[in-house]
Amino acid sequence: MDEAHIANLIARSQFGFTISMHIVLAALSIGLANYLMVLEGLWIWRKRQTYIDLYNYWLKIFALTVAVGVVSGVLMEYQFGTNWSAFATKTGAVVGPMMMYEVVVAFFLESGFIGVMLYGMSKVGKRLHFAATACVALGSLFSAFWILSANSWMQTPAGYSIGKDGRFVPINWWAIVFNPSFPYRFAHMTLAAFLATAFLVGGVGAWHLLRNHRNPHARLMLSMALWMATFVAPLQLLVGDQHGENTLAYQQQKVAAIEGAWDPRRPGSGQPLVLFAVPDMKERTNHLELAIPRAASLYLRHNLTGTISSLKEFPPADIPPAPIIFFAFRVMVGLGLLMIAVGIASVVLRRRRSLYDARWLLHTMVALSPAGFVAMLAGWVVTEVGRQPYTVYGLLRTINGSSPIPLRAVAWSAASIVAVYAVVFGIGFVYLLRIVAKPPHAKESGPHPTLASEMSGGRRSSDSGRP
Amino acid sequence: MLQSIGLLPLFAAATLAFAVLMYVVMDGTDLGVGILFFATPDATQRAMMVDSILPVWDANETWLVLGGGGLIAMFPLAYSVFLSALYPVFFALLMALIFRGMAIEFRENAAERRKRWWDAAMLSGSLVSAFCQGVLLGSLIQGIHFARDEYAGGLWDWLTPFTVFCGIGLVIGYGWLGACWLIWRTEGELSRRARRLALLLATATALATLGVAAWTPLLNLSYLVRWFGTGNRWHAVVVALAYLVIAIGFLHAWGKHRQFAPLLMALAWFVLSFFCVLATLFPLMLPPALSVRDAAAPDSTLSFVLSGSAVLIPAIVCYSSFSFWVFRGKVKPQAQLTEQ
Ligand code: HDD
Ligand code: HEM
Ligand code: HEM
Repeated sequence: MDEAHIANLIARSQFGFTISMHIVLAALSIGLANYLMVLEGLWIWRKRQTYIDLYNYWLKIFALTVAVGVVSGVLMEYQFGTNWSAFATKTGAVVGPMMMYEVVVAFFLESGFIGVMLYGMSKVGKRLHFAATACVALGSLFSAFWILSANSWMQTPAGYSIGKDGRFVPINWWAIVFNPSFPYRFAHMTLAAFLATAFLVGGVGAWHLLRNHRNPHARLMLSMALWMATFVAPLQLLVGDQHGENTLAYQQQKVAAIEGAWDPRRPGSGQPLVLFAVPDMKERTNHLELAIPRAASLYLRHNLTGTISSLKEFPPADIPPAPIIFFAFRVMVGLGLLMIAVGIASVVLRRRRSLYDARWLLHTMVALSPAGFVAMLAGWVVTEVGRQPYTVYGLLRTINGSSPIPLRAVAWSAASIVAVYAVVFGIGFVYLLRIVAKPPHAKESGPHPTLASEMSGGRRSSDSGRP
Repeated sequence: MLQSIGLLPLFAAATLAFAVLMYVVMDGTDLGVGILFFATPDATQRAMMVDSILPVWDANETWLVLGGGGLIAMFPLAYSVFLSALYPVFFALLMALIFRGMAIEFRENAAERRKRWWDAAMLSGSLVSAFCQGVLLGSLIQGIHFARDEYAGGLWDWLTPFTVFCGIGLVIGYGWLGACWLIWRTEGELSRRARRLALLLATATALATLGVAAWTPLLNLSYLVRWFGTGNRWHAVVVALAYLVIAIGFLHAWGKHRQFAPLLMALAWFVLSFFCVLATLFPLMLPPALSVRDAAAPDSTLSFVLSGSAVLIPAIVCYSSFSFWVFRGKVKPQAQLTEQ
């Protein structure tokens, strides 16, 4: 490998690393913002103190998440220019506006109202405060909308032409924004953010129930999380299946890598479901394969005879690194199935009225608290690695997107980013654990209680839910 | 000249300039507050300083993101060339902003004896961010070489006495903004100290501005002609008068112990300086060779971006003001609050 290839590889790793950190926070803020909106809505409607206590409890986490999310997002926005300047020059006219709209529409909603949401309860009153929470929740979804549209366009480009200078020129914005893979990706990612947050909340609730199984706040957390598992996890399976169908129509190499399908199959022989294997890029085959004949045809083609294109049908330079995709996909789907199982178990336990006493379920929930995030990251690995060797699928190769920056600079900056992130995210994670280690209690205070009470002018306002 | 540029690229450049200006005055103030940590050893006062910017800093920082997003969307070529030319500076800026942001948010969660660490992060993060932003400005004025759609210089081309001078100048200027902010938002000893510092920093900022103004025309012949060419000399006179009016306004407000007026004057100084930079560069985007016209994205992109921004950016300004209005008033020391 020459210097340019190594620099490109480092830039790719840096991008994958920074976006993975960012997306965890983004998913948590999308999930939490919407959870907080529901909690505050229920509080206004049902007037039960427990709801607003939980609101303030999770608001502290939310404040932490958003702060780290914002600074890690700023880095993302500039990384396209520092490390991927050729990519930015060529695709900026198409991808850039969507990234800009992400900021304009969503983050301003978010940042503009977030101050009110975090510290303004006693200043603006209940209803206006609820409106601010709702705006923040809506804003987080809009930000996902635009950035996922940008990403999906890179997966399934549409509505463009290519100029003489090799740059993409937008022709039809409707076709660009609502490109073929976007609706699926948006639905799947939004549900992923909800599920990931639900399992985190449920895990924290379960952990406190294991210590005190009467804590009403912890019970509410667990119960709400398990309703999500019951309804949203199966929905996620359906959406994921549709997403896969769509991918099959546009990116056959990716699906072949997901399925571990190397050799072309005779028409009508069906596609086996490979449960386990170790794909080998060099020998272009699977080792230790364990497969069920024809089973994959069921969900890929909805019959028992259909087949898909296999990896050997493409030039070796055009296929992605199959093993990573193969394993990441199984991690995601495995966790998804586990979530569905937990949802079903919870319904049974609810009917027996022993939801809060089944210690095995509580232990399972604690163990699954990071599951949603792991599944989400695994899913993104499938998506992004599966797009390789292209950045804009079929049109712009990753290797042609780099900046004219010497290897040592790229390496040096990537190493320091990892170091800085390790410190910042590490400390943030410790603070997060410290907050959730305390059981939620009645009259819970929000973030920065001194500032919040100061904003009320020192006046005690009993209906604000703040101490 | 305007006709040859075209209306859309012109509006695009104006939108971008507005975002950058908003960033400079809003987050510049926050960074200034952080910079003033060096002159504030007292822990209670530091806490008050952080509290005064806590509810607004991330909204303010978002203007920077809009600047970045606007640049890649509307001027992709300029975005690519500028960011790769200033690779180490952007990198340092982003890392420093991360530390600054974390220092503001994590302080609350930190144990008392660890707060010192976050204070150090706040000070160094703010200092480095401000310095890097000054260097970015200096490099832009100084010029960036590119060929065939790519940056064509070396990794350290940006590092010259001029850019370093601009960096130091911006640190001082942001410090001035921060001091004026504290006059307005705090009371007692902290406010009095800020008032003393504000006069000192105002003087230093004026000298730095003068330095940049004197240095700039020497960098590029077109700048010299722009300001001192025959028929253009009155430009320089008008601008000098405007600076003088602002300076007198500041001194007057300072002398009368006004709360808000000093900040207003400091902001006016920044706005005027910003327009001077724009006037110097225009119609170039990245001197010496890349013009606004050549850097602009295709019209289909610009009209898509601008039609949305025309509605959204005014809306943003409205509710940002709402947010500021909600959090108006003086910040009090925390001890006083817990006693209540
Ligand atoms: C909580 C997270 C989560 C869970 C439980 C699942 N997924 Fe997923 N999946 C994601 C989170 C995710 C994701 C991170 O959000 C991805 C990455 C990009 C995207 O749109 O969604 C993704 C991508 C993704 C892709 C790749 C699409 C492409 O790149 O073109 C497929 C085929 C599936 N998913 C299918 C499924 C199936 C059949 C699931 C069965 C349960 C499933 N996912 C559960
Ligand atoms: C708008 C959104 C996104 C854009 C524009 C984008 C763009 C890119 C770019 C430019 C690269 C550099 C290497 C390459 O070209 O493949 C990349 C790689 C990568 N991205 Fe994305 N990405 C986006 C979203 C995401 C998200 C949300 C994730 C989630 C974690 C992600 C994960 C990755 C990973 C893991 C790689 C490395 C893949 C490899 O090179 O093997 N991306 N993406
Ligand atoms: C390359 C891709 C991405 C870029 C350039 C990017 C850019 C940014 C920026 C600049 C911010 C901070 C904005 C502010 O100042 O408030 C941010 C935050 C955020 N981003 Fe991203 N982003 C990317 C990927 C994603 C993805 C894939 C999602 C979700 C699906 C997402 C969702 C969010 C959310 C919800 C926030 C709010 C901050 C938070 O609460 O954590 N971003 N992003």
